[in-house]
Amino acid sequence: MKFRSKLATAAAAVILAAGVSSAVQAQLKIGFVYVGPIGDHGWSYEHNQGRLAIEKALGDKVMTTYVEKVPEGADAQRVISKLASSGHGLIFTTSFGYMNPTLRAAKRFPKVKFEHATGFKRAPNMSTYSARFYEGRYVVGKVVGNMTKSNVIGYIGSFPIPEVIRGINATYLAAKSVNPNIKMKIVWVSTWFDPGKEADAAKTLIDQGADVIMQHTDSPAPVQVAQQRGVWAVGQASDMTNFGPKAHLTSIIDNWAPYYVARAKAVLDGTWKSTDTWDGFKPGMVQMSAFNKAIPANVVALANATRDGITNGTIFPFAGEIKDQAGKVRVKAGAKADDGLLAGMNFYVQGIDGTIPK
Amino acid sequence: MSVDWLIPALLTIVTAATPLVFAAVGEVVVEKAGVLNLGVEGMMIIGAIAAFATAVSTGNEFLAIIAGAGAGMLIALIFGVLTVYLQSNQVATGLALTIFGLGLSALIGHSYVGKTFDGLAKLNIPGLSDIPVIGPVLFGHDALVYLSVVSVAIVAWVLTRTRMGLLIRAVGENHDAAHSIGYSVTLVRLGAILFGGAMAGVGGAYLSVAYTPLWVENMTAGRGWIALALVVFASWKPWRAFFGAYLFGGITIIQLYAQGMGVEVSAQFLSMLPYIATILVLVIISRDSARARLDAPACLGKNFHASG
Amino acid sequence: MLVRLEQRPEASKSMIYVSPLIAVVLTVLTAMVMFALLGVYPVKAIETFFIEPVSSLDGLAELLVKATPLVLIGVGLSLGFQANVWNIGAEGQLVIGALAGGGLALAFFDQQSIFLVPAMLVCGVLGGMAWAAIPAWLKTRYNTNEILTSLMLTYVGLLVLSYLVHGPWKDPQGMNFPESRLFHDSALLPILIDETRLNVGALIALFVVVLGWILISRHIIGFQIKVIGMAPMAASFAGFKEKRLIWLTLLISGGCAGLAGVIELSGAIGQIVPSISPGYGFTAIIVAFLGRLHPVGVLFAGLLMALTYLGGDSAQITMNLPNAVTGVFQGMLLFFLLASDVLIKYRVRFGAPKINTEAAE
Repeated sequence: MKFRSKLATAAAAVILAAGVSSAVQAQLKIGFVYVGPIGDHGWSYEHNQGRLAIEKALGDKVMTTYVEKVPEGADAQRVISKLASSGHGLIFTTSFGYMNPTLRAAKRFPKVKFEHATGFKRAPNMSTYSARFYEGRYVVGKVVGNMTKSNVIGYIGSFPIPEVIRGINATYLAAKSVNPNIKMKIVWVSTWFDPGKEADAAKTLIDQGADVIMQHTDSPAPVQVAQQRGVWAVGQASDMTNFGPKAHLTSIIDNWAPYYVARAKAVLDGTWKSTDTWDGFKPGMVQMSAFNKAIPANVVALANATRDGITNGTIFPFAGEIKDQAGKVRVKAGAKADDGLLAGMNFYVQGIDGTIPK
Repeated sequence: MSVDWLIPALLTIVTAATPLVFAAVGEVVVEKAGVLNLGVEGMMIIGAIAAFATAVSTGNEFLAIIAGAGAGMLIALIFGVLTVYLQSNQVATGLALTIFGLGLSALIGHSYVGKTFDGLAKLNIPGLSDIPVIGPVLFGHDALVYLSVVSVAIVAWVLTRTRMGLLIRAVGENHDAAHSIGYSVTLVRLGAILFGGAMAGVGGAYLSVAYTPLWVENMTAGRGWIALALVVFASWKPWRAFFGAYLFGGITIIQLYAQGMGVEVSAQFLSMLPYIATILVLVIISRDSARARLDAPACLGKNFHASG
Repeated sequence: MLVRLEQRPEASKSMIYVSPLIAVVLTVLTAMVMFALLGVYPVKAIETFFIEPVSSLDGLAELLVKATPLVLIGVGLSLGFQANVWNIGAEGQLVIGALAGGGLALAFFDQQSIFLVPAMLVCGVLGGMAWAAIPAWLKTRYNTNEILTSLMLTYVGLLVLSYLVHGPWKDPQGMNFPESRLFHDSALLPILIDETRLNVGALIALFVVVLGWILISRHIIGFQIKVIGMAPMAASFAGFKEKRLIWLTLLISGGCAGLAGVIELSGAIGQIVPSISPGYGFTAIIVAFLGRLHPVGVLFAGLLMALTYLGGDSAQITMNLPNAVTGVFQGMLLFFLLASDVLIKYRVRFGAPKINTEAAE
C-alpha cells in the first residue's frame, strides 16, 4: 500500500514537474541568522516565530532555513555568505552585531536581498528594521507607576546601549506622569542571558525596596522571582505569564511576523526596495500581552488609551520638554524627539538617580 | 547603613553558592582520586535538563533531583570508560564531554522551553523559621541547601577519616603503589568519577529546579568552570571549596547590591570582583609553598594501566 | 574480562596514523545511526558535515580562516602542556592581545602606513604575553596554581573588552552601539585569494607550526620542556630551571593566543566587537591534545575541528538540523578520536589473560 502510494506520488510528481518547473524556480529561499538558540524563549525565539509565520502565510512559495547561535565575530560573515551563495534570495540577520558582516555580504552578493535588524547601515540591497519597544515601555510605565506601593521600580539592565537606555527613560517618563514620587533602581548584569544572575538581580532589587521588577534581559527568571516574592513583574520579548501568573503585569512582545511576511511578499512580487523601518504599535510589531486581572480597570483603561494614542499618533512618549540629568533641555517644549536622538540616546532623563555606566 | 538588606542578601548568596558547592565538592573527590575531569559544565547542564524534564512531567521534585544525579552519573560514565579503561587524555576528554553535554541537553530540552513549575519549596519549620534574623538564615532554605552542607561534611569526613578516603587519596597520590598493594585503581577512579558526575548533576538540578525553575539552553552559563576553579582554590579540601563557593557567590551578589545602592563604578569592573578576589585569596593562602604542594594529588591527570 | 588491553613493548608507529582513521570510521558509523534516529538520511548528513563545506574555493578559504586561531593557540598550548604548565586561560590572552593590536589600529585610525599591520601583530603578541605573565608571576613568586589564575583572568579579560567597546573605544559615529570604528585598509591583513577572506594570518599560523616543530624537536628548550614534563625530579637534577620554563611556556602560549586574537580582528572581523572569539581559547585545548601535543598534529587537529564547525553551518542550512546536533556530533567525534589513541600504546586482546601476566596484575 505504502509503496504503491509512493509510486503514484512519484509519478504524479514527474508529470507535474514538467508543468510547474517555472513555479518551482520562483520558490524563494529565505535564510535567517540568529544570535541565540531558538530555545532562548526570548530574542531569537521571537525571530523564529516570525520565520514560521512566513512559512504559514506563503506556503509553497517560500522555503526557509535558519542558522542559530551564530557568534557575532568572524563566524557571522561566513554564515551569511554561505546562505547567500546557496540560493537564498532574502536573508534576515537578526542581531546588531551582524551589521558590518551583512553589509560586506550585501556588496558581494548584489542580487540577494538583505534585512538587518536594529542596525543603521543600509545598501541598495540591504534594509534595516527595528521595533519601537520604548512605546511598549511607555505603556508599561503608566501601569507600574500606578501599581507600585513602595514607589520604587527595579530595573534589570543588560548593557548600557541606546536601546536599553531608551526603555528606562520611557518607563520613567510614563511612570512619573502618573506618580510624581516614582524612583528607579537600576542594576546592570553585564549579560543578555544568565537566568541565575538575572534572578539574583531581581532579588537584590526587591530587597532594596522595589515592588515592580522590569527587565531588559532575555530569560523569564526575574518574573519567577517576582512571583515567589509577591511583587509585580513585566516580561520581555515573549509572553511570560506562564512563569509567574500572579506577578506578571504584562509583557512587551516582539512581533516580527507582519514585517517578515510583508518583506517576503515584496520579494516575490518584485516590489522589494531597500528601506529603513522603525515600527511600533501601529503595524503590530510591538504588542502588549494580556494585562493581569489584578490591575484595576481604570489603570487598564489608561494603558489601553495610551497604547491607542501612540498607535494613532496623538501620544508621543518622548514629547518635550525633556531635560537630562544635568538639567540641559534635550527636547524643547512642544517638540518631539527626532529619531536621531532616540536612536543614539545615551543620557538619563532628569529625575532618574545614578549615572549610566561608562 | 541599615542591616535590613543583609539577611535577604545572605539568602540570595546561599542560592547562588549552592550549585557551585555541589559541583565543586564532587570534583574534589574526582581529583583526589587523581582524575582531572574538566567536563563539569557538561555534566551540570545534563543534570539540569534531566531534572527539569522529570519535574515537569512527574511533578515530583524528589524524583527530579534523583534524575539529575543519575543523568550526571550516566554522562560521567562516558568520561570514566574513556579515561580509565581506554586511557584517553583526561583534559581533552573532559572538554569534549562539555561540548557533548551542551549539545545533548539542547537536543533533549527542545520541547521543554517555555515550561515551568513551582520550584523546590523552602523549608518552613513553624517556630524556628520565624525567629528573627537567625530563623530565615538558618531555617529558611530549600532541602538541597542543607543537603549541600551535609554532603560537604560527609565528603570531608570520608576523605580524611575513613579507609575509603585513604584509598581514594592513595590512588590519587601514587597509583602504582596503590595497585601494588592490591587495590583496584580503575574501580576507585571510576567510582570517584561517577560520584563527581552525580554531584555535578545535582548542582545542575539545583539550577533548573530550585534556583530558576525553568529550562533554557546553556542555563549553567559557565558555573561548571567556576566550580573547577574553586577546587583548585580550595587546595582540594572540601570545606575550603564550600568557603570558596560562598566567597564567590557572595561577591557576585554584593556587587549587585552595591549597584542598587548607587555605587558609581562601571558595571563591568564590579563584575570582575569575584574573579579578582578569588585570585587574591588564593595568592594569600598558597604563599607557603611547602604546604600547598602537598595538597595537589601527585597523580592528578595521569592515566593508569595495570600492566605490571 | 574477555576484552583487555595489553601494553605494547613500544608505541606502534603505524597506529599513530591509523588510529585517527579508525576513529573517523567509527564516528561516521555511529553518527549515521544517530541521524537515522533523527529521521535524516544518514549518507547525506555525513556528506553535508564533511564534504559539502569544503567543496568550493570559498569553503576551503573559510576552513583555513577558522582553523588559523585554533592552530596558533594549540601550538602554543601544547608546549606548555608538555611541561605540565596548565594554561587554560588562552581565551583571555587572545582577547587582551586583540585589544592591544586593535587599540593600536584605533589610535592610528587616520593614518595609513605599511608598518601598521606588523606593529599590530607585535602588539597582539605582547598583549597576550602580558596577560599570561600574570599567572606566570603568581605561580613562580607566590606558588599560585595557574589553572585557577589563568581561568579567572579570562573572565576579567572579557569584561575589559566589554568595558572598552561599551565605553571609551566605541565608534564616535556609531550611534552609541557597542563596537569600535572599522579599521582602515592598512590595518587589515592582506588577503591571499580575491573574493575570499583567506589572509596572511593562515601563513603566519603555518610559520608558527614550523617554529614550534623546530623548538620542540631540535632545540634544547624543547628537550627541557619534555624532560620536565615527564620527570620533574630528573629535570631538577639536570639543573633545568623550572621557574624559567614556567615563564617561557606561559609567555609563548600567551603570545600565540594574543597573535591569534589580533589576526582574528584584523583579518576576519575588521573592528573591535564585544565578542571577538567564540571560545577558541578553550577549543584549542582540545586541539592541542587531539594533535598529541605535536605542532604538526595540532595543524591537522585544528583543520578537523574547524571542519566540524563549517559542517555544522551546512547541516543547519541544507538539512535544517538544529545547532545542538553539531555539539553532539563534535562530542562523539572527539570521544572516538581520543579513545582510539589507546591503540598506539596498547593492543586489544580477547580472552582471559595468561597465568603469568595475571600474577603481575
